[in-house]
Amino acid sequence: MFGRIVGAALIAGAAAGFFTWGAHTLKVVPLILEAETYEHAQAAAAHAHDAADSSAEGQAFGSPLDRRAMVTLIADIALGVGFALALLGAIALSGRDVDLGRGLLWGLGGFAAFSAAPALGLPPELPGIESAPVLERQIWWLATAVCTAAGLGLLFLARRIGFRLLGAMIVAAPHLVGAPHVQVEASAVPAALAAEFAAASLVATALFWLILGGLGGHVYKRLGQD
Amino acid sequence: MILSASRERSTAAADRLRRSSYAAFPPILAIVLGTFIVFVAGFAAPATLHDAAHDARHAFALPCH
Repeated sequence: MFGRIVGAALIAGAAAGFFTWGAHTLKVVPLILEAETYEHAQAAAAHAHDAADSSAEGQAFGSPLDRRAMVTLIADIALGVGFALALLGAIALSGRDVDLGRGLLWGLGGFAAFSAAPALGLPPELPGIESAPVLERQIWWLATAVCTAAGLGLLFLARRIGFRLLGAMIVAAPHLVGAPHVQVEASAVPAALAAEFAAASLVATALFWLILGGLGGHVYKRLGQD
Repeated sequence: MILSASRERSTAAADRLRRSSYAAFPPILAIVLGTFIVFVAGFAAPATLHDAAHDARHAFALPCH
């Protein structure tokens, strides 16, 4: 069974990662590069926080853009395979049958848990936009993803109405607590650029999860028939 | 007779339990492995990993610096 999960996860994860990398390269990364020009201009103007901060991004690659695109491809495929292993593991754990159509629904659940729900508190963010400390945001992001995944699991898979209600409450909980935020007075990055980025990022991630779930479900079913 | 029948029932139940807990192991292992890969690509702090995954992290709306 483990081989079946890993086989389907490798195929679906690599395909979803590769496709998403195409979407990222065409629609998302150009916006990141544009935002970095504002970020670097700001860093150069205000010497207060330059060296460490600006070296962590863009410039630190010190390499041609195609190498930057290649490491993004590797990261996209790694995220694809990682999320596919978790998604197919959850499907196998549930004991439910899966195919392309049901896989799409599972993928939609993955999008809700690992993209939509965290984005409600922490919208997709360009480099150069100030926000709360990264560790606090990572903790809220992870807690929200785990709560949404577990809550959706109870909401849709539990038999008793009490557990379903509990699931709905667990999904809502992180948003009642609220994400860590700082008051941003002004950002060097134009608001229109940030809005365009948020939309492109969410659409690319939605397609990622639909491919991951649909293809993952299909391949997982096929591998079980042999 | 009655005793052996009940013993058979209880070993069958134990077998089922053992099988079902074994059955849960591969999916849980897959979830743990997947979580680890996502953590390394999406969250781990070391500069090399951060820089390499920088654009992907932003594009996936993962919290990044």
